[in-house]
Amino acid sequence: MKKLMTLLLMALMVTGLQAQNKSDLPNVTLKDLNGKDVNLSKLSNNGNPIVLTFWATWCSPCIKEHSALNDVYQDWQDETGVKIYAVSIDDSRSTARVKPMVEGKGWEFEVLLDVNSDLKRAMNVSNPPHTFLIDGNGKIVWYHTGYVEGGEEDLYEEILKIAKKK
Amino acid sequence: MRKYILITVALVLFSFRASAQSFLENSQVNGSFQTDAQYYVLDKGIGIDDLLGKKMGINGFGKVNYTNGNFSAGVRFEAFLPEMNGFRSELKGVGLANFFATYDNGFIGMTVGDIYDQFGCGFVFRTYEEWSLGMDNALRGARVVIRPAKGVTLKGLYGRQRYYWAPYLERDFNDDDTRGIVRGVDAEWDLNQSIPALNDSKFRMSLGGSFVSKKQYDMSIFYYIPENVGAAAGRLNLGYGNWSFSTEYAYKINDPSAINNFIYKEGQALMASLSYSQKGFGAVLQVKRVDNMSFKSMYTGKQNDLDINFIPPINYTHTHSLPSMYTYSTQPNGEMAAQLQVNYTIPKGTALGGKYGTKLAFNMSQVNDIVRDSVMDNGRMVISRPGSLGYTSRFFAVSNHRFFRDINFEIDKRISKDWHITAQYINLYYDIETIEGHAGAPVVKANIGFMDVTYKINKKQSLRLELQGLWENEVHAGYEYEESEKKDYQKRGDWAFALLEYTITPHWSFSIADKWNYGNPVEEYRDHYFTGTVSYIHEATRIMLSAGRQSEGVVCVGGVCRTVPASSGVTLTVSTSF
Repeated sequence: MKKLMTLLLMALMVTGLQAQNKSDLPNVTLKDLNGKDVNLSKLSNNGNPIVLTFWATWCSPCIKEHSALNDVYQDWQDETGVKIYAVSIDDSRSTARVKPMVEGKGWEFEVLLDVNSDLKRAMNVSNPPHTFLIDGNGKIVWYHTGYVEGGEEDLYEEILKIAKKK
Repeated sequence: MRKYILITVALVLFSFRASAQSFLENSQVNGSFQTDAQYYVLDKGIGIDDLLGKKMGINGFGKVNYTNGNFSAGVRFEAFLPEMNGFRSELKGVGLANFFATYDNGFIGMTVGDIYDQFGCGFVFRTYEEWSLGMDNALRGARVVIRPAKGVTLKGLYGRQRYYWAPYLERDFNDDDTRGIVRGVDAEWDLNQSIPALNDSKFRMSLGGSFVSKKQYDMSIFYYIPENVGAAAGRLNLGYGNWSFSTEYAYKINDPSAINNFIYKEGQALMASLSYSQKGFGAVLQVKRVDNMSFKSMYTGKQNDLDINFIPPINYTHTHSLPSMYTYSTQPNGEMAAQLQVNYTIPKGTALGGKYGTKLAFNMSQVNDIVRDSVMDNGRMVISRPGSLGYTSRFFAVSNHRFFRDINFEIDKRISKDWHITAQYINLYYDIETIEGHAGAPVVKANIGFMDVTYKINKKQSLRLELQGLWENEVHAGYEYEESEKKDYQKRGDWAFALLEYTITPHWSFSIADKWNYGNPVEEYRDHYFTGTVSYIHEATRIMLSAGRQSEGVVCVGGVCRTVPASSGVTLTVSTSF
């Protein structure tokens, strides 16, 4: 009887744990700039926060946001271990311009290509820029649409809240 | 014994509860909503003397997705009561516009309902949805995706496309709805993922191929319309270190339609791009040839609907007010296009780079017509005569007829912690007669300047000033226009634009703007278009209210455009997602 109860408890704990590890990000596979597949639901950063931004080469507030993020990215990484994934929603008319722009502007973050808006639809993004903050357990804890000068500071405050919890 | 039964029952109940609980815990629901509403007023100043019985237009949608592990499903509800000005009147209506259910376990994925997908760059198949254009060519049917080995993806799908709210009829002799059935297969092989030795190689390669066919009924009384039209495409991507090359070629059998003026010629498209990039520098050169590649599931269609394929325009996408007045859209009947884009950052800490680095970008794109030579038809030499083979075209020949050219240079510089400047110069050539169908209107040749200055007042507040000017050469100033000619000169001539925006993060933004057609060759068109806008953002909720005049123009997203009539009034947009 005791053995059974122990087994039962263990089983419950396992299912509980499994549920906890489930990511909020959808089961969508995108390519990175080198053509490698990246499944969003399996995205992890060793328990550190992840920032997911939706952008496009033709979206000027997005470019401003990324330039601002890039200026502070190294400091943010040192302080919180955060990793930024920039999801480009450029379609085939401008996908060829994504990599030269990212490299040419010297952005340091990971860039993913959402060529037919699969992830954009799955995450209900209407217009870029749209930013999500994901905690170490894969839960979406904050999101924001639009970017205005200084908007990155609000994001950083949110990152600090969850980075402290690790 | 009873004890054991009890334990078993308890166990079963417990495990059921546990699985039900984990089932619920794995469930996710998300969605988004948007409503755009416009209230129109009379404005004789910009020629609106009559509202034609329409005081308001409201477009709205709501979308909910449910996901549970490998299963997902969703619905989208739409209401256009009535549609806003500039949207197709066929959109008027309300109902469930889109639904789908998918199961995907990594090896096999199956979807039924409304499908959005793309093969390669879209030359033979792409379905997508663009709310701001009121455009949706979703394929209602079924799709199977199989991934038999690492790096290999096989896809098959079939269905028929959305045509506003029209129900699908096999043959509809009363209406012009001649929609056919679309079927397609696609295969992709990524060698780097398939072959372990190449997993982390500097050399990258992937290949793909697709075949799409439409089955339509011949309902024409003048022509024999082929009832099956097939199109095939192949693609190749290569990369080595910092270099990458990709190309795609597509071929379509004869497909007479209203767009190609019912000629029986095959269609072809080719695109290739070569790029090099390293930290701080990136360049890409792209070329494209399109010949008779309009591919619609309704051969009588002439509008932006029921496209089975997507031919990407490869020019720079301008989004600012004045340069975006003249946006190029692909000419599916034929074009030769090229583009060069260079991005370079002058490094931080150098004399020109300063503390933050200086970002430079150069883009040049040009589109010309293809060359068409006559063919023999009933003993006569003809070009593009309906019912004939159309023409022949030498593959690499470029016509002198230029549709479009855009040369632009941009500088993006953070001057200090508080000041940021972006400036752009654009030289534009735009054949308005071909692109917008204004017969007889002279070509637009313009110089455009753009400057955006942002000043951060403090941590929360900032000011942004945007100045733009458009100066058009060779527009007949001082010429006496006939009344009938005048309408070709709406929006022509010189323009000035200014916008001042004040923002308080993370919620508020206030802006005022004026767009002034001060140099229009027709004096009565020298109008001001004032607008004032307030927007409030809270997380993923955006509420925007603007009032003022909107000039007649073209709104383009993704190379697809819709014309927006001049209007005056109030616009409210509310959107949220969760």
